[in-house]
Amino acid sequence: MPPDGHHPHGHRHPVSFDPTVTDHDRHEPTPLPGRPFRLGIGGPVGSGKTALTAALCRALGPDVNLAVVTNDIYTTEDADFLRAAGVLDPDRVEAVQTGACPHTAIRDDITANLDAAERLQERHPDLELIIIESGGDNLTAVFSRGLADRQIFVVDVAGGDKVPRKGGPGVTTADLLVINKVDLAEHVGADMTVMVADAHRMRGDRPVTTQSLTRTPDAPDVAGWVRQQLAVPLGV
Amino acid sequence: MPTIRNGLAVLALADARLPNGGHVHSGGVEQAAASGLVTTVEDLREFLYGRLRSAGFTSAVFAAAATHAAANGEVDWLVLDAELDARTPSPAQREASRAQGRGLVRAGRAAWPSPALDTLVAVTGRPHHPLVLGVLAAAAGTEPWAAALVAGYQSVSGPSSAAVRLLGLDPFAANAVLVDLSGELDRLADTAAALAHLPPGDLPAPGSPALDLLAEAHHHHHREEVRLFAS
Ligand SMILES: Nc1nc2c(ncn2[C@@H]2O[C@H](COP(=O)(O)OP(=O)(O)OP(=O)(O)O)[C@@H](O)[C@H]2O)c(=O)[nH]1
Ligand SMILES: [Mg+2]
Repeated sequence: MPPDGHHPHGHRHPVSFDPTVTDHDRHEPTPLPGRPFRLGIGGPVGSGKTALTAALCRALGPDVNLAVVTNDIYTTEDADFLRAAGVLDPDRVEAVQTGACPHTAIRDDITANLDAAERLQERHPDLELIIIESGGDNLTAVFSRGLADRQIFVVDVAGGDKVPRKGGPGVTTADLLVINKVDLAEHVGADMTVMVADAHRMRGDRPVTTQSLTRTPDAPDVAGWVRQQLAVPLGV
Repeated sequence: MPTIRNGLAVLALADARLPNGGHVHSGGVEQAAASGLVTTVEDLREFLYGRLRSAGFTSAVFAAAATHAAANGEVDWLVLDAELDARTPSPAQREASRAQGRGLVRAGRAAWPSPALDTLVAVTGRPHHPLVLGVLAAAAGTEPWAAALVAGYQSVSGPSSAAVRLLGLDPFAANAVLVDLSGELDRLADTAAALAHLPPGDLPAPGSPALDLLAEAHHHHHREEVRLFAS
């Protein structure tokens, strides 16, 4: 169906704007043939996006040809971390400036990120996967479907067990919700049962994963989910 | 002042929401703020006035010339592009202009595709932003004057919004300062449109050494330090 809701046989299907409805996104991406899969990783400041990106590089790097775009709000901290972590060739990391508006750069105007993805493709023509880490942002920050084919939203236990039920497009519509730092639950008095139940309630049948990168530094569950996404042809 | 044809295209091209990557450029404001040259709304007024009369005028002239050229055929895009290079002494500014040109090509291909746009890109590779703007304005069926108006407006609207984000200025005051440039912007568009038919080498070449230096300083200092904007 074309994005404006017009149906070929002349009527319109209404789109619900009810924020509690967790329908699957109807506007499936239509990537150009032959371009790498683009995976967005978003979530609040400090939730573990870079740590997850590094974990995915370690877990997938040996058999998936991949590269990373970071959207640092300030400096090139995340890009530098990834380069220094030695999980990826330094020339497979691109950092973009976001003009003090991290959500704009991944959603409303994705130009800088597309430019960075294209630079990586020019340097590495056989890339299969580009991971795009957003700058740390608020619960409404989601990736444009023009930029990310699939997106992961990372929240952490240390932010409090209320976060999933606060909702917002990040929590409700991301293709995978990751609840990170479960090792800290007891220290901050977070109730994991509540947190996971709220997450499922907000997301319907969309998947939720809990993890601790200190306990499982290679993020096996998320890496497995990403492999599944890579195996499915896009746009179907 | 001419009647604007296809006003929606003109408004859309000038809109800050146009997804062309403009929001990551501050037009020298980030460096000016970092060096303490712009800290208040009054400083911003002076900065924007100077920017409009120099970089904004150059941009408007070349946007108008590109609209005229695209509408009338018979143009050597490489020459027009090189003449704008020659009027942009700072390498950092040339890069910022070409980066924004590339972003505008992407947005323009979806909204206002045209053979002239394809030719411009094929011939120059990464054309300067005002040339792309001018070609899109022609494809949208509007005049050199409107292209100049948009180019001039963008030379100050982006920097003004960057100042609000960087310095926490009162957005109403910053907007009022921007809107005060109305008469100046009309005059600039009139002049640019009147010159649009000239051979590229005869187009005006106003200098703005302060902006050149700010762009270069931004490029050098912010390689190591904090940098929110690409320029
Ligand atoms: N205890 C614990 N700490 C973690 C875990 N995952 C990440 N961290 C730590 O949390 C801090 C923030 O992690 P980052 O990966 O930098 O978070 P981020 O989301 O990329 O942060 P920004 O990019 O600044 O928004 C770092 O000190 C990590 O080492 C975890 O599972 N458990
Ligand atoms: Mg990070």
